[in-house]
Amino acid sequence: MWNKRCESIPREQLSRLQFLRLKQTLEAVYQLVPYYQQVYRDTGVEPGDIRSLEDLAKLPFTVKDDLRENYPYGLFTNGLNEVVRLHSSSGTTGQPTVVGYTRNDLEVWAELAARALAGAGAGRDSVVHIAYGYGLFTGGLGVHYGAEKIGATVVPVSGGQTKRQVRMMKDLGTTLLACTPSYALNIADAMIEMQIDPGELALSSGLFGAEPWSDNMRKIIEEKLQISAFDIYGLSEVMGPGVAYECSAKEGLHLPEDHFIAEIIDPVSGEVLPEGTAGELVITTITKEALPVIRYRTRDITSLTRRPCSCGRTHLRIAKVSGRTDDMLIIRGVNVFPSQVESVLLDIGETEPHYQLVVDREGALDTLEIRVELTEQMFSDKVKGLEGLEKLIREEISSLLGISARVKLVEPKTIPRSEGKAQRVIDRRPQR
Amino acid sequence: MVVKQISIFLENKCGRMIRVSEVLGEAGINVRALSIADTSDFGILRLIVDRPDEACSVLREKGFMASVTEVIALEVPDTPGGLARALTPLQEAGINIEYLYAFVQKRTADALILVRVENIEAALQVLRENNISVISSERLYSL
Ligand SMILES: [Zn+2]
Repeated sequence: MWNKRCESIPREQLSRLQFLRLKQTLEAVYQLVPYYQQVYRDTGVEPGDIRSLEDLAKLPFTVKDDLRENYPYGLFTNGLNEVVRLHSSSGTTGQPTVVGYTRNDLEVWAELAARALAGAGAGRDSVVHIAYGYGLFTGGLGVHYGAEKIGATVVPVSGGQTKRQVRMMKDLGTTLLACTPSYALNIADAMIEMQIDPGELALSSGLFGAEPWSDNMRKIIEEKLQISAFDIYGLSEVMGPGVAYECSAKEGLHLPEDHFIAEIIDPVSGEVLPEGTAGELVITTITKEALPVIRYRTRDITSLTRRPCSCGRTHLRIAKVSGRTDDMLIIRGVNVFPSQVESVLLDIGETEPHYQLVVDREGALDTLEIRVELTEQMFSDKVKGLEGLEKLIREEISSLLGISARVKLVEPKTIPRSEGKAQRVIDRRPQR
Repeated sequence: MVVKQISIFLENKCGRMIRVSEVLGEAGINVRALSIADTSDFGILRLIVDRPDEACSVLREKGFMASVTEVIALEVPDTPGGLARALTPLQEAGINIEYLYAFVQKRTADALILVRVENIEAALQVLRENNISVISSERLYSL
């Protein structure tokens, strides 16, 4: 553990600390950011009305569009006066957003990245190979300062020239690889092509993030690179990599609650959901200076638990992010995420499933058909065997989602794919 | 004394069945017997061919879900009650017959029946004890 005092703080003490810091943050944005003044005037809630952590739910959400509309510096607390660094994300829609950090913000970020690296087993003796992009993207520099903070030896390679990276990792004695999970697979493939056995390297762990990845992909990476792979979560609007990270237990990602408050909400109603229920992650920063965000909707789907973790950290854990709210379907009034269907199929078929959800409407009722490509493991040459499989999937889906679905087994490779991924959803319902 | 059978998953039955025969035809593989089990949703096509392992791999290459399963081929006298005489001992021994279908042949008067059972070894034993003739795969493929 990098910071035992903060990471294993008793929860009661943590709550008091969170409330204090929340109040300070709310006062600051209310004093300094015209946007928040306006929003709070419109909703009739003032910082003084927040008397407990639960009262946070009275405040309105902040969304990515709010950052876009106030581009570039509209949500900053003090213009550029104390800001020493900017990062930016272009986003898929074109209009960029820009985020800023004071010196202290960078200090906190490095601290949280250091906790994540320590969670993945890194320390002073580590050689950390950072193949995240450096630049406006927060990945490279975020992990970089964390690795320097723990006193590791940093190799700031950034992306590209994969074979050269493999040679460097071998020559320099890299012990930890930090990059996106898909790039980790590229590196593994390059090793095979170069006929380098990963066992020849000193590499023992990997810290992967910046894109969602499944536990199945973790298994593949761990096997191919012969390492232990850890998940790191982050987003630039909140900070960057280090907003949550796995410990050795790998039963969820600890979210540093001394710096953030996390909530899980129903993405449609906005209601705060009980512990353990899947929904959208909402984060409030409580120590950020340049650009605090209040109830920022991450659009990432996860759940949270405050159950004690075997590692001794007391901060809550979020589940591995399983999808984006953009993928969410509402079927018969129930929120359905394709990733939930995927988890059912993974449990049954053991391999990365190819499936498609077809949503339609018969009369006034939504229908859901789940098409599943048959794999060798699932195939039985008996009608009863295949009907039993359909029934099993149907029952698992119904118990997980609470809605009934028709299950249709289809032949291999018949679901159209783009870039190797199957097209997950076809919604044929008439648009209102 | 077991016979290798190819089982193929078919989603859209008609069109895909034609495609199966095309693929096998192009590979020069002869179909000796076939049966289809279907539901409203899908079908399972079962084939006896002269080169089963090769047939399975060409079908897989062409994107079919195919597997090799083992069945028993029984020679049954083409007389009333002939089939029952062959199957009764299996039933009496508690061997569950999962499915069966007939093999059409030109050369002899006897009928050939392909049977899939849960426990192939036990079934063969029962058939031997009751003097029911089981056909080897070599003979079957060459018929
Ligand atoms: Zn832990």
